[in-house]
Amino acid sequence: MSTMSSKQRQHLAQQGTWRRLPLIASPGLRWGLVLALAVYLVLAFASVEVNWARVAEGASRGMNFLSAFMQPDFVSRWDDILAGLLESLTMTVTSTVLGIALAVPVGLGAARNIAPLPIYVICRSIIAVSRTFQEVIIAILFVVMFGFGPFAGMITLAFATIGFMAKLLAEDIEDLDWRQVEAVRATGAGWWQTLNHAVQPQVMPRLIGLSMYRLDINFRESAVIGIVGAGGIGATLNTSISRYEYDTSAAILLMIIAIVLLSEYSSSHVRRWTQ
Amino acid sequence: MLTLSGVGKRYPTGDRALNEIEVTLPKGQVMALIGPSGAGKSTLIRCVNRLVEPTEGNIRLDDVELTSLSGHKLRQARRSMGMIFQEYALVDRLSVMENVLSGRLGYVGFWRSFLRRYPQTAVAEAFRLLERVGLAHAIDKRADALSGGQRQRVGIARALLQSPKLLLVDEPTASLDPKTSRQIMRLIRELCAERDLGAIINIHDVALAKQFADRIVGLRAGEIVFDGQPSELTADILTTIYGEEEWDTTPEPLESDEQNATRPASKRTQASNVVTHMATGGAS
Ligand SMILES: Nc1ncnc2c1ncn2[C@@H]1O[C@H](COP(=O)(O)OP(=O)(O)O)[C@@H](O)[C@H]1O
Ligand SMILES: [Mg+2]
Repeated sequence: MSTMSSKQRQHLAQQGTWRRLPLIASPGLRWGLVLALAVYLVLAFASVEVNWARVAEGASRGMNFLSAFMQPDFVSRWDDILAGLLESLTMTVTSTVLGIALAVPVGLGAARNIAPLPIYVICRSIIAVSRTFQEVIIAILFVVMFGFGPFAGMITLAFATIGFMAKLLAEDIEDLDWRQVEAVRATGAGWWQTLNHAVQPQVMPRLIGLSMYRLDINFRESAVIGIVGAGGIGATLNTSISRYEYDTSAAILLMIIAIVLLSEYSSSHVRRWTQ
Repeated sequence: MLTLSGVGKRYPTGDRALNEIEVTLPKGQVMALIGPSGAGKSTLIRCVNRLVEPTEGNIRLDDVELTSLSGHKLRQARRSMGMIFQEYALVDRLSVMENVLSGRLGYVGFWRSFLRRYPQTAVAEAFRLLERVGLAHAIDKRADALSGGQRQRVGIARALLQSPKLLLVDEPTASLDPKTSRQIMRLIRELCAERDLGAIINIHDVALAKQFADRIVGLRAGEIVFDGQPSELTADILTTIYGEEEWDTTPEPLESDEQNATRPASKRTQASNVVTHMATGGAS
């Protein structure tokens, strides 16, 4: 039954017996791999140490935190929450706009089918650098460079936006319907005209959809990088947690959830409209 | 008007798509280029407007040597050659009017085209062409909202707005039903006559080619194996072009001279007579 010949399979199929071809032809190798994976998983889980006493102790604190959600306190720190949210929203919008403005030229340059090789290499490197580091790490760097506050946050998010948007835009351009591009070129259009008449109409809906998505990501990230000092609602959240004011923390988290849901809802509308 | 001499194309993949192509297209002549899939028909017409770079030979349009052009000069040459595509190649998300007006891109500057501020004469001409192809009512529709036949009409209007001297037409009917195919071919034929345009039409439907072309060139494996009038296209010649097949089942009845089918090599000398005949015919 091991590696069955095509003749044998044809014969069996004639009788009405047919099995899908296995991904790995040799049965020995196939079962060996499954076994190796199982052994590794058992060992890996066994190697993770769990301090059950600490878990039991932390559970009660966790319960405090969760029960605070039952009675979130929007009132006593409302001014801080509002200021934090406004700062985060400002940070989000400015960084998204700035990031996209910079990502479009980088994305064009990183599309192999429209950019010459040297420009392609440069733009791909920019994307790689921007995508290598997680926002928190970049935020720490920029906080060190520019000091605490939303400016460092804005630069961080703009920088991360470049890599994200440029990469996806470049991929979108790389699988354009090339016939439309050729048709426009065949009329005698120049490079910029071809970009405007054949490339832009094809990538615009996705570009708008991705921008909405990135706005959403940037808002959520602004809450995270605030914790390392880059301002915004994250800073407010961090303060409330370190003061054990979990009811205020809960209020902040609920606000974040509400805003994310709202942007989710509106971006799906925008996407449908741009098709 | 258009002369290809010694044109060859080898793709970077090593495919030899064209070999020593010698063809002259007189003004006003509609030439059908037939041949099996992969014969090099698309490559040939794409070499003319340089969507594909020929690797050998010369191509002249009137007094312009096309093979050596670049930049502004190439754009200028391209705008005098309208191209019509198999799958229409309209920009789906642009309106019908924008698609037709893009035929004018070779004439206007970037900002004008970016802001869609085309000269009044260009817009009026675009509308006249849309009327001519029967789509005046659709100017604001999106291109992807049209049927196949309608899209091809928009493609034709776009090509004509270039005020071309020559049409390069790549399998205009391959995605259309038989009736629409005939209508489209007839339209192209009429427009060529109205404007005294030369055309190279790649087509795999031999019956359509015979019905609508002044001249037929048969291509096989990158070489011209037939060049003559539609009436000279016999079953033997079809076999030379396409390989062995029962040609009598072709819906169009073949012409009478089936017995005295000439060999393609000697046909080429006859073709030059045809060419000069068409040249004088076209100019008058
Ligand atoms: N972009 C390309 N890259 C490599 N080979 C190609 C390319 N386009 C066409 N060819 C090859 O050139 C030959 C002629 O193709 P084509 O001109 O498209 O023929 P036709 O239009 O007559 O069907 C074929 O063998 C095809 O595989
Ligand atoms: Mg083809």
